[in-house]
Amino acid sequence: MKNKNLISITDFNKEEQLHVLDVAEDFERNPHQRILADKVVATLFFEPSTRTRLSFESAANQLGARIIGFSDAASSSTSKGESLKDTILMVSNYADLIVMRHPKEGSSRYASEVAGVPVINAGDGANQHPTQCLLDLYSIRKTQGKLDNLNIAFVGDLKYGRTVHSLTQALCNFNCTFHLVSPVELKLPSYVKQTIKDKKLEYHQYTELADVIPFADIIYMTRVQRERFADLMEYEKVKNAYILNKAMLQGCKDSMKILHPLPRVNEIATDVDDTPYAYYFQQAKNGVFVRQALMSLILGAKQ
Amino acid sequence: MVKTELIVSALENGTVIDHIDATQVFRVMQLLNLNQSSETVYMGSNLESKKLGKKGIIKVANRFFAPEEINKVALVSPNATIIEIKNFEVVGKTKVSLPDKVKGIVKCMNPNCITNHEAIQTDFTVMQGEGGTKLKCRYCEKFTTGENIAFK
Repeated sequence: MKNKNLISITDFNKEEQLHVLDVAEDFERNPHQRILADKVVATLFFEPSTRTRLSFESAANQLGARIIGFSDAASSSTSKGESLKDTILMVSNYADLIVMRHPKEGSSRYASEVAGVPVINAGDGANQHPTQCLLDLYSIRKTQGKLDNLNIAFVGDLKYGRTVHSLTQALCNFNCTFHLVSPVELKLPSYVKQTIKDKKLEYHQYTELADVIPFADIIYMTRVQRERFADLMEYEKVKNAYILNKAMLQGCKDSMKILHPLPRVNEIATDVDDTPYAYYFQQAKNGVFVRQALMSLILGAKQ
Repeated sequence: MVKTELIVSALENGTVIDHIDATQVFRVMQLLNLNQSSETVYMGSNLESKKLGKKGIIKVANRFFAPEEINKVALVSPNATIIEIKNFEVVGKTKVSLPDKVKGIVKCMNPNCITNHEAIQTDFTVMQGEGGTKLKCRYCEKFTTGENIAFK
């Protein structure tokens, strides 16, 4: 995987994705490995994302790499009118690897074409966020012991949630069954459902969260945002239907885990946090191991 | 029909683009940059057609197109026929076929796509879906479909 870019989850095939998870497991057991001590990692955040940036920077720090970059476009030359191409070409001279988040879709793919060094996409608008997808896969495998033949429930905004789209694509390699719980307005787009159909896998659509709790192995929660609704009456009707609380979890599988890409607002009640089913904070922690694995594989410090 | 046949045979040398979707003649003109042509260009819209009911036709004198150029027409008019004329004789007749890739000429319909904000050549993979032709953007990965196909 040396010198590969990671822009879209489909840039890595199933074997490569599993290899990243294996290397991440090694970092979980032994996180402080200063194997990138001679490397410089640039974190270019053209829009703020504290959580993702800190996760990448923590991962790079634990590998001994130096970090350069900026945390919002106002502190880069973009604010002086510099093109993305020029910024990337310039940073390529200073760093061995570029990690970038940008509000425009397709910006990371373009950056990877002009950069002289590998690029990891840390989110390009509403398009892709592949490291989130890999950390989700890691969390599912770790909690369930496997990725195959699971019942995966996605809940909330399935229309705009890019994490749901990428994770669905990735899980289509593992013979999972998809349970899609959303308001009618926010159903999974047809092109993502087509990916499931192409793999001859099953999906079922629901509007009631309670319907999937008895059999789900994973409940992946996302937030239903008010601004997604053209009709606010519709929002008022459904806004409380996709909030998970402790009482609803009665009768769920013992091994069931709840995931969430975070930040959470109110879609998971805080009384769920202390149950054995809550996994969202460990999920975020797993992101550091996955990013350590990716950076060391791409920079050739791990095979 | 008789009238269109007459005009076709009136070309001494050049290309006839026949069976254009009746509503797409102006888009084909734009796509092939014929509005900038220095040669004689005839254009007909809403002509009677046995095959299509109504059709459009464009005739360009002294101009022959490479397949990759003329096949762009299939994006907006998949039934178009290309007839090449030399010395008043038909020397070639082919149907347009969709290219696998479209680079540079089509605009991505996603307003938040980076190609609409930086000087980048667009790059689409052409796919056939239930609703007709779909173009998948190499950059933002979104689809630009049928009536939304606009040219740069």
